[in-house]
Amino acid sequence: MSVRRLAKEQPASFAFGAEALEQAKTWLARFPPGRQQSAVIPLLWLVQKQEGWVPEPALRVVAEMLSMPLIRVLENVTFYTMFQLQPVGTVAHVQLCGTTPCMLRGANDLKAVLEAMIGPRDRPCADGRFSWEEVECLGACANAPMAAINDYYYEDLGPDALGHILDDFAAGGSPEPGSAIGRQGCAPEGGLPTLSDPALYDGSRAELIRALPNVPERAPA
Amino acid sequence: MVGILQDKDRIFTNLYGFHDWRLEGARARGVWNGVAEMTGISPEWVCDQIKASGLRGRGGAGFATGLKWTFMPKQESERPHYLVVNADESEPGTCKDREILRFDPHRLIEGCLVASYAIRAHDCFIYIRGEYVREREHLEAALTEAREARLIGAGNIHGWDCDIRVTHGGGAYICGDEMALLESLEGKKGQPRLKPPFPAGSGVYGCPTTVNNVESIAVAPEILRRGAEWFASFGRPKNTGTKLMSASGHVNRPCVVEEVMSIPMRQLIDEHFGGVRGGWGNLKAVIPGGSSVRLIPAEEAEVALMDFDDLAARKSGLGTAAMIVMDKDCDIVAAIARLSYFYKHESCGQCTPCREGTGWMWRIMERMVTGEADPKEIDMLLDVASQVEGHTICGLGDAAAWPIQGLFRHFRPEIEARIANYRARRANTPGASLIAAE
Ligand SMILES: Cc1cc2nc3c(=O)[nH]c(=O)nc-3n(C[C@H](O)[C@H](O)[C@H](O)COP(=O)(O)O)c2cc1C
Ligand code: SF4
Ligand code: FES
Repeated sequence: MSVRRLAKEQPASFAFGAEALEQAKTWLARFPPGRQQSAVIPLLWLVQKQEGWVPEPALRVVAEMLSMPLIRVLENVTFYTMFQLQPVGTVAHVQLCGTTPCMLRGANDLKAVLEAMIGPRDRPCADGRFSWEEVECLGACANAPMAAINDYYYEDLGPDALGHILDDFAAGGSPEPGSAIGRQGCAPEGGLPTLSDPALYDGSRAELIRALPNVPERAPA
Repeated sequence: MVGILQDKDRIFTNLYGFHDWRLEGARARGVWNGVAEMTGISPEWVCDQIKASGLRGRGGAGFATGLKWTFMPKQESERPHYLVVNADESEPGTCKDREILRFDPHRLIEGCLVASYAIRAHDCFIYIRGEYVREREHLEAALTEAREARLIGAGNIHGWDCDIRVTHGGGAYICGDEMALLESLEGKKGQPRLKPPFPAGSGVYGCPTTVNNVESIAVAPEILRRGAEWFASFGRPKNTGTKLMSASGHVNRPCVVEEVMSIPMRQLIDEHFGGVRGGWGNLKAVIPGGSSVRLIPAEEAEVALMDFDDLAARKSGLGTAAMIVMDKDCDIVAAIARLSYFYKHESCGQCTPCREGTGWMWRIMERMVTGEADPKEIDMLLDVASQVEGHTICGLGDAAAWPIQGLFRHFRPEIEARIANYRARRANTPGASLIAAE
């Protein structure tokens, strides 16, 4: 478990922008009547998209929209570690995966880069533009080591590659997510030993199947 | 040829995303072909076929999928049936469902429709981990396409009304546990519910629910298209079919690949993953199934088969078939200690043995890494691990104990030597000798 508390300094109020409000409505529509509480994580995520983090007044807004007790919203926001309870870097927030598969391929070297370029973890740097934290397995281990920066995954990283990506963000760029060594998805490096049969992709698989195997004889009508 | 499975028998033909993942591309690869017939016979027929194929759940536990579907009530009642697809994928090492979600979303959606029919559900939720933002974007786009093409939704061309929706989590590993996932889906913090009641009796919103892994659902239509015996022809009895497998850590070419069940582990590593870094002789150990199983040392990896029963017999497990490979150059104690930290971090805190035990085990493990521990603490650690194992509400407690048990089962002398070494060094430091002199 990790102990998570709301930040001491909080803004006076929160309101969803028009677009976020639209999206919130589509989330509410996904759940059965009376079950709108199911949308609590997606709505808190919308808050975070808008503000960069989840301030306390937003919890009240979300609680009201979902007709759920404030304490239940608070429970959610402190339980789920994806929610930032204090401001993060305005240009980039780096979530470096530190779990064993990434560690085995050099995540600790990446920590050193982040410390040098951004500073101590878990708080924004002096000008507030960058921040970083260590997170647990992000589910991209075949492309380890990796980090999620803002919303997307940067994979197959090395110290230099990570440095360049941060420089790019700092210069106002938005570096392309994905593999830093040019791999396509999770394909093996250096040529594909599988999935090379052209018959898989020539459309023959789309020829309409008229009878499935093992279908019982239908009783005559 | 590399490996055993031939291209013609692969289900996930866009595993790497070299081809179009959208509807048109998916159709060209055979997705959505013949679905109207699948949903036109009877739910029992679908369940029977999946049973006959031998498909076992791909989320880690390996429960028979067709059998699970038959646990749902045979009649719809005022309580609607739900299919909930577990796309939480947070098990360290595991990164297979991600590839389905982003590069073959229609295969999953097709599976959702067919499985919903089999369990008589008109409602399906796909619960995807929150960090998979790009994956969710693809999945949502594919769902929109499928709705617009009337492949799913009310009054679709397949004759089984089914509303399929995506929702997401907030970065909690524990929500991969099906009972925690249901809580989270209801808008609560993800603390696993006690079983019974099982989801088929009372799942999401108290309604009959089936929870399945992404891969389990995504392979179902292809099994019906090609026949149960086709799927069952791969692997060994009770361990059939094709399976997404992956390697991370110290292999030369980490990647995800579809292979036949029961492929020898060494063949898989050598042929698909480019071998162990520094050669097979440099292999130290493999954790075969994501992090939540016991590791096996190199001698066993040499002869192990990648299936449920072979690995269980080695006191390990297939889990998600996501191998974490460790070579002799790495500090294996540190690697396992980092997993202990993971479980401590991800414990939901609901049961005392897990909440307290995971933190305790992690702290001791950190001292095993430096060697600063007392030799007696090894037995104490294993004792605590066995007190956590099997004494908690969900499987996270077991999952936290197993990596540690595996480490000491196979490498205990090494850690004892590390402790002895640390002590020997200490005796020679000036501080220590001063104390001794007094
Ligand atoms: C701590 C814990 C984490 C789990 N994480 C996942 C997960 O990320 N994805 C998954 O499909 N199953 C996960 N499971 C297994 C699920 O509880 C459940 O068995 C599975 O989703 C059932 O699907 P299947 O029968 O198709 O495998 C986890 C179990 C535990 C105890
Ligand atoms: S075993 Fe751990 S994670 Fe599972 S319910 Fe108990 S405290 Fe929570
Ligand atoms: S361990 Fe880093 S992505 Fe899985």
